[in-house]
Amino acid sequence: MAVTAIGKRGLTQRTAFSLLVLATAIVTIPVLFIIVYIIVNGAGAISWEFLIQPPSQAGKAGGIFPAIVGTLYLMLGALIFSLPVGVLAGIYLTEYARDNWLTRLINMAILNLAGVPSIVYGLFGLGLFVMAMHFGMSLLAASLTLACQALAMTITTSREAIIAVPREYREGSLAIGATKWQTIRHVVLPQALPGIITGAILAMSRAAGETAPILVVGAAFILPGLPGSPFDQFMALPYHLYTAAAHVPGMPKVTVWGIALVLLAVVLSFNSLAIFIRIRVRQRRFGL
Amino acid sequence: MLQRGASPATADSGLSMSLRRRWRLREKTIESWIFLNGLLAVVVLLGVLILLMREGLPVFLYTSPLKFLFGTRWYPVSEPPTFGMLTFFAATLWVTLISTAIAVPVGVGCAAYLAEVAPSKLRETVKPVVELLAGIPSVVMGLIGLLLLSPLVQSIFNLNTGLSGLTAAIMLSMMSLPIIVSVSEDALRAVSNEFREASYALGATKWETVRHVCIPGALSGIAAAIMLGVGRAIGETMTVLMVAGGALAVPLSPTEPMMPMTAAIASGIGNAVRGGLQYQALFAIGLILFLMTLSVNLIADRVLERQKRKFAR
Amino acid sequence: MSVNYEVLSNRAAPTSETKLKTEKVNLFYGTFQALRNISLDVPKQAITAIIGPSGCGKSSFLRLFNRMNDLIIGARVAGAVEIDDIDIYDKDVDVVELRKRVGMVFQKPNPFPMSVFENVVFGPRRHGKTNRHELAGIVEQSLRQAALWDEVKDKLGQSALALSGGQQQRLCIARVLAVEPEVILMDEPCSALDPIATLRIEDLMRNLSDDYTIVIVTHNMQQAARVSDMAAFLMMEEDRAGTLVEYGPTSQLFTNPKDKRTEDYITGRFG
Ligand SMILES: Nc1ncnc2c1ncn2[C@@H]1O[C@H](COP(=O)(O)OP(=O)(O)OP(=O)(O)O)[C@@H](O)[C@H]1O
Ligand SMILES: [Mg+2]
Repeated sequence: MAVTAIGKRGLTQRTAFSLLVLATAIVTIPVLFIIVYIIVNGAGAISWEFLIQPPSQAGKAGGIFPAIVGTLYLMLGALIFSLPVGVLAGIYLTEYARDNWLTRLINMAILNLAGVPSIVYGLFGLGLFVMAMHFGMSLLAASLTLACQALAMTITTSREAIIAVPREYREGSLAIGATKWQTIRHVVLPQALPGIITGAILAMSRAAGETAPILVVGAAFILPGLPGSPFDQFMALPYHLYTAAAHVPGMPKVTVWGIALVLLAVVLSFNSLAIFIRIRVRQRRFGL
Repeated sequence: MLQRGASPATADSGLSMSLRRRWRLREKTIESWIFLNGLLAVVVLLGVLILLMREGLPVFLYTSPLKFLFGTRWYPVSEPPTFGMLTFFAATLWVTLISTAIAVPVGVGCAAYLAEVAPSKLRETVKPVVELLAGIPSVVMGLIGLLLLSPLVQSIFNLNTGLSGLTAAIMLSMMSLPIIVSVSEDALRAVSNEFREASYALGATKWETVRHVCIPGALSGIAAAIMLGVGRAIGETMTVLMVAGGALAVPLSPTEPMMPMTAAIASGIGNAVRGGLQYQALFAIGLILFLMTLSVNLIADRVLERQKRKFAR
Repeated sequence: MSVNYEVLSNRAAPTSETKLKTEKVNLFYGTFQALRNISLDVPKQAITAIIGPSGCGKSSFLRLFNRMNDLIIGARVAGAVEIDDIDIYDKDVDVVELRKRVGMVFQKPNPFPMSVFENVVFGPRRHGKTNRHELAGIVEQSLRQAALWDEVKDKLGQSALALSGGQQQRLCIARVLAVEPEVILMDEPCSALDPIATLRIEDLMRNLSDDYTIVIVTHNMQQAARVSDMAAFLMMEEDRAGTLVEYGPTSQLFTNPKDKRTEDYITGRFG
């Protein structure tokens, strides 16, 4: 009797575990399928001309060079505006903040910033940077908007990287008369740097893929040339992809998949770079 | 400058601050600067709220909040314009509910498999794939929904168009999976091994242990994961803009085309006159969206805190 | 009486000049009192050992002298702690300047993850020295003083983390010496080291004590007896606050303790 009970329970377990495996497959297989599909269908569009020429015939011909450059500018802009403040905020939270209501408020704000929908950041950027600050529909306004959105991420990754620096290093430095800032600047930050860089790269990759905010603050679908100053309008890959896919009748499918492939390549290569650095740092930490 | 090289015997006065006043000043300046940056997260969050209110609330001078929330007609350019956002809200509700209904069992199942059952090699392979999914831009997911999934949905459900709430919900469920999987997995891992061992010692099978010990133990963490997933689904824009169909009628079934709140903002803001009524109305929708995601996040945070406290010794 | 320690300090009793001094010091961590009414004079250019059971507040006491307890939120000091008759808890005192004069070596060697060279010049650089030549001189001098020069002179550019534990600890000592302190505090500096490395550090301490005032916390009774000139025995009271039980020349404290509790402790009859 005991044996049959086990048998029945074993069957339940096998069924249950198969369902769990199924769930895991449902999570993973579509991802791989999507990536492979985009590579296979987009590869046909990729050529040297596609990458270095401006678009023509409403994007149906020519290349996507201005969109690529625009996206790189946006990534850089988001980084420039969010990384320094993110790192300083991370330093504040780890090195200076006391355990009080203000710190709790800050942490709560960070948490909620991460959850604000991207379209709302777009409205914020439109109201503040485009309108109130008169930056217009510009690269600058879009960069600032994306930077606000990236802030939560740069703060949290900096904070985690700084917390991970062992206390002994700080004590060793303070104990020979280095000031607090010198200790942070010369001991803590160099140690935290790989983690901070990882966060920065992830933030850039996120900024590269964001569409809704730049749609609101005004990316252009077609521009003949590159933006000459931060106050110029710009093209960007994700917005170009959106418009090409949803708003241009008669757009060749292969071009659409080609744009998607380029965007995916930019985003995923930055992501993998971040993961790679993280693994390297971990190895180094445990290796020695 | 400093008393460098002074022999120990004569260095007494080095303890007084006068000699290092300049350095102290420098430290203080840096400290204040760091403090200001530390406040920035609060400033931005408040800034978003204030700006949404400033640009959005004036619409209620024109139309009552009740009409705005429960009206079903959104005619921003007719004369006189009407603003009722119930259509959008209902669409958001449909899409969020269905995507959550799909994502939760799949995500939690995957997390349980990774945390409790999978050999570590497999786990190390699957986790980067989940991270990969998190990295795919929403516009690309929208494209997949538009070109690949919607024809499928159209033929399976025999619809006029494959662009529907259901199609959007399926794509959204994929997009909220990464956060559900990773937060649930963390919660499961936080369950102390003692409980598992106790369960095994009582003769429970592995599945019984997962089902009756691990998942209940991690329940509040899993709940938080679900809330975070819901938050993502509510706020996701590009996918629903491209896939949900964009119809302006209150959706009665998920297979109808519909226009969630985020899509309404995204598709309307380009044509709205800056500072005009439609512009204000769209900011008001943004404000409601902001408050919705804010409350979802705050609840998730509370629940996570509780989970943490439960296992803090 | 079965006390039998080898007391090596065959030098004359330390000069009567006092370098550090505490008077009725009380230390609190929040509401918990960690030290009660400790008064003690540390003589100049000698080694003073602090011994006592675990948790009695030895580290806390040591960290009074360079105000390292300031880093702990909720820590509060009452009473006077003086260096050369200056109250170091006075509000006019610059903690950074104090820590330059009162260096500290920790239980676990904590070289920075930088080259040997950079470790030694870390302090001087922070205090404004930039001349490469001068820095190189400081490195050699400090490493020689720390009896490490011969072992690392060919690998100054290599990572300090690649050194052995004993070498790392001597590097940490050199790092402190490089800022020319007057006092060196050592908190169980040998507890992470093997016996041979321990003996080397003890030799080093003896040499350094000609020029520096050294205060060392140790769990190792033999070590205290071997290296120190003066010894202080701390113990916990019922409420776990640490108090000074006995303080005197090492030879006396170890061979002829005045207090029964000291005798019990050094003969091992007490946890
Ligand atoms: N940061 C702190 N916060 C609160 N209490 C502390 C802190 N550091 C030490 N204590 C308490 O103060 C007392 C003395 O601690 P201390 O580390 O000085 O002891 P110790 O004699 O050095 O012990 P050991 O020999 O184990 O190193 C202990 O009861 C300890 O729990
Ligand atoms: Mg100690």
